[in-house]
Amino acid sequence: MTFDVRWPIGLLFLAIGVLVAGAGLFGAQPAGPNIDLGWGGAMIVFGTVMVALAALARRARERRE
Amino acid sequence: MHMGAVDWGILALYLAFVLVIGVLAARRTKSGTDFFLAGRSIPAWVCGLAFISANLGAQEVIGMGASGAKYGIATAHFYWVGAIPAMVFVGVFMMPFYYGSKARSAPEYLRMRFDEKTRTLNALTFALMTIISSGVSMYAMAKLIQTLHVFDVPFERLGLPQAWIFHLAILTSAAVVLVYIYMGGLRGAIYNEVLQFFLIVAGFAPLVWLGLRQVGGWHGLQTTLGPSYTQAWAGMAHASTNRLGVDWFGLVMGLGFVLSFGYWCTDFLIVQRAMAADSMTSARRTPLIAAGVKMFFPFLVILPGLIALALTAAPDRPGAHAPASAGAVATIAQHEPGVIPIKMDSSTGKPMLDAKGHPQLDYDLATPNLLLRYFPTGMLGVGLTALLASFMSGMAGNVTAFNTVWTYDIYQAHIRPEASDAHYLMVGRLATAIGILLSVASAYLASQFNNIMDLIQLIMAFVNAPVFATFLLGMFWKRTTGHGAFVGLATGTIVAALHHGLTLPVDALVGAKGGWIMVMHSYPSEMAQNFWTAIWAWSACFVVTIAVSLVTKPHDEAQLAGLVYSLTPKIGGDKGPWYGNPVILGAIVLAVTVALNLIFR
Repeated sequence: MTFDVRWPIGLLFLAIGVLVAGAGLFGAQPAGPNIDLGWGGAMIVFGTVMVALAALARRARERRE
Repeated sequence: MHMGAVDWGILALYLAFVLVIGVLAARRTKSGTDFFLAGRSIPAWVCGLAFISANLGAQEVIGMGASGAKYGIATAHFYWVGAIPAMVFVGVFMMPFYYGSKARSAPEYLRMRFDEKTRTLNALTFALMTIISSGVSMYAMAKLIQTLHVFDVPFERLGLPQAWIFHLAILTSAAVVLVYIYMGGLRGAIYNEVLQFFLIVAGFAPLVWLGLRQVGGWHGLQTTLGPSYTQAWAGMAHASTNRLGVDWFGLVMGLGFVLSFGYWCTDFLIVQRAMAADSMTSARRTPLIAAGVKMFFPFLVILPGLIALALTAAPDRPGAHAPASAGAVATIAQHEPGVIPIKMDSSTGKPMLDAKGHPQLDYDLATPNLLLRYFPTGMLGVGLTALLASFMSGMAGNVTAFNTVWTYDIYQAHIRPEASDAHYLMVGRLATAIGILLSVASAYLASQFNNIMDLIQLIMAFVNAPVFATFLLGMFWKRTTGHGAFVGLATGTIVAALHHGLTLPVDALVGAKGGWIMVMHSYPSEMAQNFWTAIWAWSACFVVTIAVSLVTKPHDEAQLAGLVYSLTPKIGGDKGPWYGNPVILGAIVLAVTVALNLIFR
């Protein structure tokens, strides 16, 4: 059994990204750029990439076995 | 700014994931090798990022922001001079012996290369240092959380006294770190450090972006603060013409050579992360990958300090010229509160004054206050989680290094030499719990003394500076003997203490700052004194080790294979692409570092 640290990193960033982007969409924001929405979105993208990489690595490992 | 429900949610999610990683790592922790060395199975990129995080404690995130506000971009010397070259050196030249010798700790390498007494001396001073620094890290975190008042509202609602915020912060972080290291050992620590690394970047990068927008970008900072804050090498010819109060020789030799190599190349807290790598090539790449990322950290942790200072000196007027002296900035801050507050004396409630009678700025709050001021709910949770992550990773690094050194270099070496692997695993888990208890104790001890930070600096200079000469001679000069190493190391530490006792920075009082024997020489700044203490300690250890080695019986060369450069076969052609070759990676990292120095000269 192997454990890929990209799973928890990706999932945590996805979850936090959704919370932060949600705060940007529905919460009160100060004047200027909507940093919650922008950075929350960036965290969702990063989380997705991490999860995708971990999933690809698992599939490649299963194919080898 | 107070925390909203979203911020609490983010913090809770982080804590939950940290514990889950501990549980997952525990499922693979069955032997001593698993617990203390993560089974030597971790890929290079994971080790590399953990290598950065383990060092990224409170002192770094808060301290580098504070130094940025105090000294300006010259603080980047702590990275571009005081870290990157040493990280490249340990990866290219020293890792073959650390990893190749199969030593389980840095002190154990000293036992294999020299003898038991050298190892024990190093193990004892190192164990003491880890406990104190993890305690101080914990204290700094709890103090900061209290000062920021972010938890005041929930505590009021629950009817708890505000003083409990401090206790709760210490006990919670200690308990969380205890759980994930007790269960998952080094593997739990390393996986969490990687997570913490990404969180720290996610929390601070947008802060820098928002801050730079406020001050009109880098050019805005340059016009507001002037060249003494925005040029790293300006005025380095003399100690009196730059903010650090150090000349270039003291900087390059003291920080760039002795202190930096002493820390990055011998400190087990750091080296342990590379020892966990899955192969020799991965172990050598670990510090190089770390260096490649670390050289950009000044933009993440030092810039917030500069931005906070600019916003304090010229609030709401981006691009305006700020007064050149820190004292004058503090006078502005008194009338028009900016991001960095005036430092208050907690006993009298009045501003603390410097030698010239100006109020002093509380630089330690530069980065945290910037975060509170510019992050809305949502990002605030991410930023505070990043702060908490940095405190935990720094503490966990110390704890994993402590439990390994205690178990292998003290317990197995002197108390019970021949027990089963399961027994040492149990001792390691106990040592984790005891190490954390001692850290908590030293955190409370730190709250009793206001100059504990000075003592930490001192212990580091006494312990890390001389030991680099021991490792250097041990790895690269086969004639070095055990007696030579031991006497040299002890002399180096004594010389460090003597130098500290005989010198004093100007404007400092005799005592913890030096001069406790008599004042023979005074330095223009505390930093200069610290660098020169290190230079003296290293030189003494180097010279005495060589002298004693020459008059004592040499070691049998056959036993030194794999431990000394000239007696170890060259590592044959690395398989894989050219960009994975440690030497080429190291050269690239150094070239980019030189370029950064030139850009910000």
